[in-house]
Parts: sequence; structure tokens; C-alpha cells
Amino acid sequence: MDLNLNPKERAFRDEVRAWLDANAPRDWAARRQAEESLNARFTYLRQWQRKLFDAGWAGISWPVEYGGRGASVIEQMIFLEEMARAQAPPMANVIGLGLVGPTIIAFGSARQKQAYLRKILSAEEIWCQGFSEPNAGSDLAALSTEARREGGYFVVNGHKCWTSYGWVADRCELLVRTDPAAPKHKGLTALLVDMHSPGIEVRGLRQMSGECEFSEIFFRDVRVPVEDVLGEVNDGWRVAIGTLAHERGTFGAALHVTYRRNVNRLVELAREMGRDGDALVRQKLAQCYAEIEIMRFNQMRAFSRIKETGVPGPEGSIQKIFWSELNQRLQQVAMEILGPYGQLAQGAEDAIDGGEWAYGYLRSRGNTIEAGTSEIQRNIIGHFVLGLAKSY
Amino acid sequence: MQFGLSESQRILKENARRFFASECPMSEVRRIAQTETAHDEALWRKMAAQGFPGVVIAEEAGGLGLGHVELAALAEEMGRALAPGGFLSTITAAAAIAAAGSRQYLAGIAAGTVKATVAFLESSASWDPEDVKMRGLTGEKRFVPDAATADFLVVATRESGELALYLVPRGALQITAMPALDLTRRLYKVRFENAGGDLLARGEAARRALERAFDVATVALCAEMTGGMQKMLDIAVEYAKTRKQFGRPIGQYQAVQHACADMLLWTESSRSAAYYAAWALDSASPPEASMAVSIAKSYASDACREVGNRAVQIQGGMGFTWENDTHFYYRRAKASEIAFGDAAYHRERIARMVFDQRLAGTTAG
Ligand SMILES: Cc1cc2nc3c(=O)[nH]c(=O)nc-3n(C[C@H](O)[C@H](O)[C@H](O)COP(=O)(O)OP(=O)(O)OC[C@H]3O[C@@H](n4cnc5c(N)ncnc54)[C@H](O)[C@@H]3O)c2cc1C
Repeated sequence: MDLNLNPKERAFRDEVRAWLDANAPRDWAARRQAEESLNARFTYLRQWQRKLFDAGWAGISWPVEYGGRGASVIEQMIFLEEMARAQAPPMANVIGLGLVGPTIIAFGSARQKQAYLRKILSAEEIWCQGFSEPNAGSDLAALSTEARREGGYFVVNGHKCWTSYGWVADRCELLVRTDPAAPKHKGLTALLVDMHSPGIEVRGLRQMSGECEFSEIFFRDVRVPVEDVLGEVNDGWRVAIGTLAHERGTFGAALHVTYRRNVNRLVELAREMGRDGDALVRQKLAQCYAEIEIMRFNQMRAFSRIKETGVPGPEGSIQKIFWSELNQRLQQVAMEILGPYGQLAQGAEDAIDGGEWAYGYLRSRGNTIEAGTSEIQRNIIGHFVLGLAKSY
Repeated sequence: MQFGLSESQRILKENARRFFASECPMSEVRRIAQTETAHDEALWRKMAAQGFPGVVIAEEAGGLGLGHVELAALAEEMGRALAPGGFLSTITAAAAIAAAGSRQYLAGIAAGTVKATVAFLESSASWDPEDVKMRGLTGEKRFVPDAATADFLVVATRESGELALYLVPRGALQITAMPALDLTRRLYKVRFENAGGDLLARGEAARRALERAFDVATVALCAEMTGGMQKMLDIAVEYAKTRKQFGRPIGQYQAVQHACADMLLWTESSRSAAYYAAWALDSASPPEASMAVSIAKSYASDACREVGNRAVQIQGGMGFTWENDTHFYYRRAKASEIAFGDAAYHRERIARMVFDQRLAGTTAG
């Protein structure tokens, strides 16, 4: 056991840090608070990712032949931590980098890898994840969007919802039913769909926090070439599980830095408000502080394991529960410390930090729903990790 | 960076697991727990033959000279087996001696011929060294673990206003049992009347040695608690798989299954925190190490209680019986939650570092 970075990792860290010091824009926080359109903000993030890509910082752990750096997941973790530490803007292609890319690397054909991976890294093509449907959320395998084979194409009809980045995506990892007669897990196929194809309609779906980060997507006779089947036909469940493992296991990699920054800010605010001597405030902030650190320790352990085994396992559900529920506790503690000021929203003259806390409080409710609800994560732990009988 | 045991650490841990499984099975734990002192000399000698009491004692002083990660690995296995007796007390005393720059008794401890403990708490039951009120070697200490079987005690006292640590042979000290929940680690009241002893450290040096000793002991305790949590989780999951009600294994009911999932989350998180702190004791700055220790103990204190609560609940009436092993772990969990400061104590310690000393930086490395 050695938690120090080895010389190679340290050199990598220093290089990232120096580059970010010189190149990371410093106006991201202000932009986020400014009432800028979602579109303008996204264009900005896309340009920022392009800059990272050109400098060789996109796809740290991806193979070199697809534009990645060929480094280990530990370097990937270091990179994300440094990004967060520098308060650099995130990369635009969140779903492509975190979910779809690793899935294509694992299941994709040579052609698919050539065609898609590099453009994910450069943010030339933004991806979304078309899994959930109005009647298939937790019970994802019950989905009904169907794809019929017609010659060299699959013809897709159906309706996806809550699709993050759907409004801006160029491509979609779409999970569809290709064999309605087979048991529900056996008749699914993953397709890589061009979102500019005829027959696709994207509608904004407003979330409780106010903005439209996710969308609904309607498919009417959308033609997808068979060469864009990811993995095998009717083996889509395995592909989807691969994607979901990344979503749970590695998606939260740098959150501890963000959370820590929030706690540091709350410490500052508590001091300004003269509440730093209040035993309850001290207890609650210390609790947050401790849990954030433990989330980081858990993650170091998980990444060390992934480095050995190559893939995130079902214990990623622990990480998912941890980051989502911790953020909710943290946002609640923020509300308690800020008192009446906590509720002031963006645009309010006296809002603290431009209304970020009010927004963060609302947004955190989604954390225990997106990427698989807390209940589903506990089902996964119960069944796949502890070996208890499936409860449903 | 590698957060996982090395090959030799893994071997040490597996060896310890095998050792306690064969030398200290639950039947032995039950037997020893019902003796007057919960100490078994034969078991202690066998542990000493394995080098356990001297795991972190320097080789020059007769120990194995290993690190605190090894100590944690060993303690985790002892927690899993619920090994009774004065191991933790002895290593706490040894850590105080080593931290004070002395070698007295260390060779004996490593060899298994000497057992020890630390006498710290007083009637105030405060873990803050500022609250040590005993003057010289006259007064009363409370909640002293394993005092009846210790050959000597490290005693925290005050001399001309300064904290001082003394090494006092148990000899003629008046020792009274304080019967408590944990049957496997006994607590005592110790009276000192002009006792004789050797000065170990005074003033700032004493404060530092004590803090270090408590940090070391707390890490070992957190690892031990993790082992106990793992055992309670294993017992509960096993029961949830086999016990049937309404025609189904109870583990299939989500209320039960999700409780098991939470137990796993708390156990694994406690484990991460304990090993991180163990590593920090050897490899990070003292304030960083103390922070890591308090993070681990604040978390594990709450976690082991919650894991225990669920382990009993999941086993229903069976979990509430004396025959069932869970209550021995449950009792230990409560004692461990309190020992060396509970969650609130360690959160305040974190708060002092975060608010008042502004521990800088965001992440290690
Ligand atoms: C911010 C956000 C972003 C999202 N982004 C995407 C995206 O990009 N792509 C995408 O495909 N989807 C996305 N989703 C959808 C998300 O994956 C689903 O909302 C989620 O899986 C839950 O499905 P559902 O909404 O249908 O709820 P349901 O499945 O109907 O669940 C409702 C409630 O019932 C509980 N429940 C359901 N089944 C069980 C069970 N077996 N045991 C115990 N409890 C159960 C759930 O935990 C929940 O509390 C996003 C959601 C959010 C909130």
C-alpha cells in the first residue's frame, strides 16, 4: 500500500498542473452565475475541450491510436482532480467521455473506434445516452423503443426521455428492442445513432431546478445502418451494463474536490456570519469534511482495483450512493448555515455566491435519481455484491 | 499510487486470520469473556510467538519493525475474531513509550513477557489532556482498560501545572473492576497513593507522546472496528439468506436487503478510512495524520453502531439471544465507539483543524 504518487504519476501531475495554471480560463464560475444562455455556455465548453484535446489532455486512459494518452486510470483520476482543483470548466462531452467512449472501446468494431472515438475527445461530436423511456426507468430492460431490420438498416420508432445533453447531441448510444419475442433482457440492441438523421425530434424537458439540461427524443422511422450496432444484435443488455458500470464507478471521480471547495466556502461563510463557534455548525461541517475525505479514500481504493482488473465492478454502486447522498446532506448543511439567505436565487440582489446554493440544493435532488436511483443501487449491492436473492 | 495491501501485507493479514480462526474461535472468545479478566495467558503467548504485540516496535527493540498498515491489517483480523484481552491496551502503552523516545519495556512487550495499559481518563471522563487533573502519582484513574492484567501502566498526570507521563508498575496499586458492556475488554478504576514510577515525558513532549499514542491506538481500533463490522455484516447476510418467512428468504425483502447494502457501505468506507489513516501515520505530516485519524474514528464510531443495530434487527428474536454471537460484537462496538473519543469528539477535533488552523490544500499528494 502506497498512497504517494509514484515518480511517473507525480511528473504527470506537475505537468497537468502547470498546463492548467497557464491555460485554464478563470471566468467559469462567473459565467455559470451570469444569465447566459445554455447554448452560449455549451459552445464555450466545447471550445475549452477542443483546447484540452489539442494539448493532449483528453482521454488520458484511452488508447493512443484513438487520440488518447494511453495512461492508467490513476493518471485519469489525477487529471480530473487537477481540473477541479484549478476550477477549470468541465469538458463539454460529458457522456461521450465518461460513458459512450469507454463502451465503444470495450465493445466497438474497428470501424466504430476509428469513426467515433477521436471526435468524442475533440468535442467535434457530442454524445447522449438514450436509455430511459417514460415507462422504462429503473426497469430499463422493459424499454419499448423498437428497431426493425430492413436490409442494411435498422428502422427505429419510439420515445426516450430525461436524455441529458439530448438538445445538443450529435450522436446517441441508443438502447432499443430488436426482438420483441425474446425475454426482456435478451431482445435488446445498442445502436450508435446520428442525431441529425431524419425522423428524430428533440424537445427540451425542463427540470425542477429550472433549466433544460435534459430532453425528450422522439424517433419516427429513423434509419440506422447495421454497421452502427454496438456489440452484437440482441446482446445490448451486456453493452448497457458496461455503460452503466462506468456511470456508477468512475463518473464521480473528481467530485470530492468540488465538494471540498463547497465546504471550504461554507467554513468561510460561517466565519463571516459569526457562526464558526456554534457547536452544531462545527459538528455538521466536520461531518461533511470527513465524509468527503472518505469518499476520496473509497475512490482511491476503487481506482486501484480498476487498474488491476480493468473494469469497474458492481461495488461502483457504493460510490454512486456515496456521492449522491453526500451531496444532498452537504447542500442541506449549507442551507442550515446560510439561513434565510440560502433560499435566494440567481438574480436576487443579496444572494450569496450568485444564488449557487439555492440552485445546488434543488439540483442535488436529482443526484439520487440520475445514473440509477439509490434504491436500485442498493438492490445491485444486495444481489450482485452480497448475493441476496433478487428482490423484484 | 496503490491503495491496497502489498503482497507481504496480504500474507500477514491472511496468516493472522488463520491464526485467530484456529486459536481463538468463538467458543474460546465466549470462554475467555467469562473469566475474571478476559485475558488468556496461553493465547497471549501464542500471539507473542507470532510477533503480534511487537508488530510496530522497532527491530532494534525486539519488534517486527513493520508499519501501521500492518498493524491495521492485524487489528482488523483481531476485530473480526473478537480477540479478547489487552492487545490494544498494550500497543497503546508501547506507542506512548516509543513516541516519548524511550525504549523501556519495549523488548518485553515485543517478546510477550510484558503487558501494559494507559491510565488516562478521570472522573470527568474527558479525552482532552487539558482535563487531566490528577497530581503527581496520587489520585484516581477510571475506565483504564485491562489494568488487572497489565504489568505496568503509562499514567497521565499533572506536575506543577504541566502534563506528565509516568511508567508505574501495577504492583501494589488498588484496582477495582468497572463492570461494563464489553465482556472482552475490561475496564478498571485505579487508585494511586504516592505510587512510585519512572518519568517518561513532561510538558509538550508528554502531550505529543500521548497524542501520538492515541492516534496509533485509534487507528488500530478503527481497523478492529472494521473487522467487527465485517463480521456482523457476514452474520446478518448469512441469516438473511437462510431464514425464511412468508415463504421467502428474508433477504429478499428490500427493507432487509437495503439494510445489508448500507452495512456494506459503512463497513467498506470505515475500512478505507482506517487504512488511509494507518498509511498517514507513517507517511504524512503529523497534523495530516491526526486529521486522518479523526476522520476515521468519527466515521467508524457512527458506522459500527449502525451496523450493529442492523445486525441485531435483521436476526429478529434470534439476534436478541445470548446464544447468538452478535451481542458480543455489539457490546464491543459500543465500547469502541466511546474509546479514544466518540464521533462528536473527533468531529470537534476536525473542526478545530478546519476552522481554527485552516489546514491547507485540497487533496494529498
Ligand atoms: C438529472 C437527470 C439526468 C438523467 N439523464 C439521463 C440520461 O442522460 N439518459 C437516460 O437514459 N436517462 C437519464 N435519466 C433518467 C434516469 O436514469 C431515470 O430517471 C432513473 O433511472 C429512474 O427511472 P424513473 O425515473 O423511471 O423512475 P422509476 O423507475 O419509476 O422509479 C420511481 C421510484 O421507484 C423506485 N423503484 C423502482 N423500481 C424499484 C425497485 N425494483 N426496487 C425499489 N425501488 C424501486 C425508484 O428508486 C424511485 O424511487 C436522468 C435522470 C435525471 C434525474
